[in-house]
Amino acid sequence: MIKAILIFNNHGKPRLIRFYQYFAEDMQQQIIRETFHLVSKRDDNVCNFLEGGSLIGGSDYKLIYRHYATLYFVFCVDSSESELGILDLIQKMYEKVCLSLQVFVETLDKCFENVCELDLIFHMDKVHYILQEVVMGGMVLETNMNEIVAQVELQNRMEKSEGGLSAAPARAVSAVKNMNLPEIPRNINIGDINIKVPSLSPF
Amino acid sequence: MKEIMVRAIYCEMLGYEASFSYIHAIKLAQQGSAIEKRVGYLAVSLFLNESHDLLLLLVNTVLKDLQSTNLIEVCMALTVVSQLFPKDMIPAILPLVEEKLTNPKEIIRRKAVLALHKFYLIAPNQVQHIHSKFRKALCDKDPGVMTASLHIYLQLIKNPDSYKDLTGSFVAILRQVVGGKLPVDFNYHNVPAPWLQIQLLRILSLLGKDDQSTSELMYEVLDESLRRAEMNHNITYAILYECVKAIYTIYPKSELLEKAAKCIGNFVVSPKINLKYLGLKALTYVVQQDASLALQHQMTIIECLDHSDSIIKRETLEVLFRITNVKNVAVIVEKMLDFLKNVFMEPDILFLLYVGCFPLLSDTYSPNNEWFIQTMNVVFSLGGELMHPDIPNNFLRLLAQGFGSEEEEQQQLRVFAVDSYLTLLESDTAHLPQRFLQVISWALGEFSYLKDGLEPCKVTKLLAKLLDERNVTSESRSWILSAMAKLSAGPGAAALALQVSERYSSSLDTVLRQQALELLHLSQDPELHARFFHLWHVQVDSSLSFLDSFVSEALSQGAAPYKAPHQRQEELRQEKALSLEPYSISLPVSLSSCSITDRQSPTLLSMSSSLSGNSNELKAGSSTLKLEGVKRVWGKEGYLHQQDAVEEAAQVEEAATPALPLSPQQGGAESQQTHGDLTVVEQEKQKLASSLFVGLGSQNSTFLMGKSDSTSQQFRRKTRAADSTSSGVSERSSSSSHSSCSDFLHNNLLEDSQNSLNTQKIGVSNGTHEGPVTQSFQTTSKETSPFLDAGMVLVQPCSPQTELRDFVQPGSSGITQTSLRSQFPPELSQLPHSDISLLSSDHSLSLSACRAYRDDALLFVIILSNCSQSSTNGLSVQLDCKHIFETFSTLIQVEPHTQVTVAGSVSYRAVPGHTQTLQFTDKLFLTDFIRPLTLSTEEYGKLWLSFSQDVRQNLKLIQGEGDPLRATLSALKEQLQLHIVDIIGSEGIVACRLLPDSPCLLHCRIHGGSLAVWLRSPLLSLPDCLLYYCQKTLEEC
Repeated sequence: MIKAILIFNNHGKPRLIRFYQYFAEDMQQQIIRETFHLVSKRDDNVCNFLEGGSLIGGSDYKLIYRHYATLYFVFCVDSSESELGILDLIQKMYEKVCLSLQVFVETLDKCFENVCELDLIFHMDKVHYILQEVVMGGMVLETNMNEIVAQVELQNRMEKSEGGLSAAPARAVSAVKNMNLPEIPRNINIGDINIKVPSLSPF
Repeated sequence: MKEIMVRAIYCEMLGYEASFSYIHAIKLAQQGSAIEKRVGYLAVSLFLNESHDLLLLLVNTVLKDLQSTNLIEVCMALTVVSQLFPKDMIPAILPLVEEKLTNPKEIIRRKAVLALHKFYLIAPNQVQHIHSKFRKALCDKDPGVMTASLHIYLQLIKNPDSYKDLTGSFVAILRQVVGGKLPVDFNYHNVPAPWLQIQLLRILSLLGKDDQSTSELMYEVLDESLRRAEMNHNITYAILYECVKAIYTIYPKSELLEKAAKCIGNFVVSPKINLKYLGLKALTYVVQQDASLALQHQMTIIECLDHSDSIIKRETLEVLFRITNVKNVAVIVEKMLDFLKNVFMEPDILFLLYVGCFPLLSDTYSPNNEWFIQTMNVVFSLGGELMHPDIPNNFLRLLAQGFGSEEEEQQQLRVFAVDSYLTLLESDTAHLPQRFLQVISWALGEFSYLKDGLEPCKVTKLLAKLLDERNVTSESRSWILSAMAKLSAGPGAAALALQVSERYSSSLDTVLRQQALELLHLSQDPELHARFFHLWHVQVDSSLSFLDSFVSEALSQGAAPYKAPHQRQEELRQEKALSLEPYSISLPVSLSSCSITDRQSPTLLSMSSSLSGNSNELKAGSSTLKLEGVKRVWGKEGYLHQQDAVEEAAQVEEAATPALPLSPQQGGAESQQTHGDLTVVEQEKQKLASSLFVGLGSQNSTFLMGKSDSTSQQFRRKTRAADSTSSGVSERSSSSSHSSCSDFLHNNLLEDSQNSLNTQKIGVSNGTHEGPVTQSFQTTSKETSPFLDAGMVLVQPCSPQTELRDFVQPGSSGITQTSLRSQFPPELSQLPHSDISLLSSDHSLSLSACRAYRDDALLFVIILSNCSQSSTNGLSVQLDCKHIFETFSTLIQVEPHTQVTVAGSVSYRAVPGHTQTLQFTDKLFLTDFIRPLTLSTEEYGKLWLSFSQDVRQNLKLIQGEGDPLRATLSALKEQLQLHIVDIIGSEGIVACRLLPDSPCLLHCRIHGGSLAVWLRSPLLSLPDCLLYYCQKTLEEC
């Protein structure tokens, strides 16, 4: 399975990280640093696979990466993933991310690569949603990209409709909700708090 | 709030602490609108991990969202569930997720399947019952759902036996996918659903491994996908690579193998560097089975060696490492050294790896001693401080013990070493790494007397010079000083020693100062010197038998018998448990220790010490054994062979221009292509190639054996290393496994075992085992049976609840089940036992096993019978004790398993001098270790409240005549050996224990049409595992 997805720029600043296996916070940073160190040393004309990172998992794991202009996309996977498959997945993801971000910001006049890095910063959540649909819990979920885009679009549309509705009124609605606060405790039925214990009394 | 949460995510990503926002993320997920919820869930899945406390707060939200009518909310909930969810909360949402499997929307079905996959990963026992639903998901009409279910199957099929029947469906799916039956949406670069294909190929290769009939089903479709995938895009190559891997994994078929080999060829010669990498990877995989394939690509491999990318180089070396044999080792090692010199500046892990595999290469295949020493010198000086400390240690041990058993050869080796070190020391020593200096000084101190005409004075002088170098660390200095102490006996050396010790006796380093003073005394008093160094050869009485009288006296005055520390701890633990369980079974440990204090007989005690002395003997035996193993690998044949090759090479060199010194061409010559007009460079490459691949064509099988030998040897070495440090338990296990090759040891053992037959109980009280251990020895008809020169006896490491026994029955030819049963040992036949099942057999020996259930232990009985007419000698049984041991120890204390595997092998000699082995494996189930626990209702009530781990589940009721509760419980009782404590109305209580004494209580109640079971136990996963068996039993009824 995929253990981690790291995206960082040419200077090693993380732009998006997602771990599918738990690592402590400082460990994560260490992994990023080490990965950057390993990856940045390599020329563009060598192969896209790297073995022997010491932090995640050891010898069974490999790094598969691609370098696009200012960004490195690194997938850290174990031996049960196909190397070339992942490599193409990165490519595909990159295209889709770029496409959806461009659609999103609608600023095509800007330089292509810059759009990408800046937008990763400003729309990190969007990228995470795309990622969530592609890779779920470390498994490559759906390789039918059209469906993914459709899914993301659906969510965006929902967001827009809600945004339109709630641009001003949303606050009002939430204010009303908050006004009802004293009512909330009334709904809690204290009788239910009794946690049922199996009756052992016959013994 | 939403924006702020995104900022918090960003901060966390950059490495700043933002834990204050975790709770807000959860709140957002709970209370926000759909869009805020999404951010909240995202933040939660990024911030928290599975064991985080706050995660519990999310459970209710997830539950609510799962029940929502909004598609998007359900999706979000399922997404977060499949990313992280607390393990103990799974039962709460499992029914909801299961229900989603039948949802009309395919995206929800798909996510539900993935959520179940997550559950399977973190708690496999909880989803046992829904395997049928996985099958349904596999047959789903939407390809996306089917793809998702493949993830689960890929996990499940790691244990392929129960899924063989699905092979047909997987093949059918793959055929449809390859045939382009999927919607166009799934195409990627005109390839239909490539990732799906990759998954399927993996599953097929798992299924078809070592199984001819299953493999036959797939040949056609594999061929088809090979054919279809011939296009030029990355993704098709990925499919091809998987295909090739599958073809080489499943039962081989020559046609396909040929095609696959061609494919690999295309990969390796491809100009695309990624493909080259994959090709080499495939080669490493393939050469293990068919080394001749490497021959075809030898030129490419040579080119890859000089590639600018170090990853490619590394892979190439890996290929070479796999094809190493006696003849090409010199060239390969030379290449590796070159490689090491180049990457010397990157102190990364691959470097360590290569330095690590050197000694293995060197002492397994090394052509001669001189070469070995030279190579090791280079390795040491290159490896330097980065080298793993085991390597010098292993090397020194090798020097001390030698590889062959021949004394002469060992001496030669040592003299070589001493010679080369002297020359090294005479030249500039400043650049030598510290580790190497330590090795040098030790070797000189130990062995320099072996060289004729070498004055100790001269060596001491060199060492003294070394001592004065500025960059020598104090650790190395102390090595040097101790070497000097060994040498200081000679006349000239004494004066020098005096000088040195005066200088260092004022050193700031206390260790150095002490050693200097020691040196001073030793050098001035030759008599002391002699005595001191002879002391090392004094036999140490490790059994401490001289203390016996003291011990017995102390015992007679009422002292408590000695217990090993961990035994004491164990008892303490059990005492704690005792306070909670008044009915607890009395333990054999306390019994046996009681018996000792009662008798207080010193003779018994000393007998027990003879038992421990005994195990020392075994250990000594094992070390000689290990040397034998080494010799076999590196033995005479290989050595002589090499000499032949060298001679031949010499003849060749007379005729041809000697371009390369090492080119024994006999093996490589056959594959050498004829190139008329080669440039000089290419000629050299060809020569290099031929020397690298020499011996592959003809000898691949032998070197493959050598390879496996070397790994096992490495393993053995490890266990030996462990011996010295670990407790007696592991010592015994390794010694017994070592002992099992030699008759000599057997006889020894026999004698010992007869002594110890009476003393087994004492072994328990005195030994270092934890818990009650009973060792039993059985000897059968020592001289009477013609085909076994001695009855089989094995000392097995016994884990507390199992007692492993081996009997050799003097069987006749053509044994049937009934005759086996008649030979079942009488003392065991009274116990309840399982059927005797045949585990494995070959033409002369058949091996059956049976489990007998004793009240306090499980007996695993192995029955060997000779079914040929001829006699069999040198029989020995090895059990994969280590694995069992680990598994069993976890079985008692940490985590029970539903089943564990016992593996082992029997080796014997049917024809003198020809050893054959028979492998076998068997499974032990949790139910084998379950015994009824008898207690009263009051005791049950008390215990119930004291246990922490509990699990609840609804089970099927058996609908028969009479009371369904009674019927169900009695079915459980019979199948699982439970004890029914009481049945009152619609409730029943049942108790059992896991050997040795972990209780598990069940509370059953009729609830609706099912049986609500509530299990409690002090052990973490015992309820889970037991529940699984209850479920299984009731399903089968």
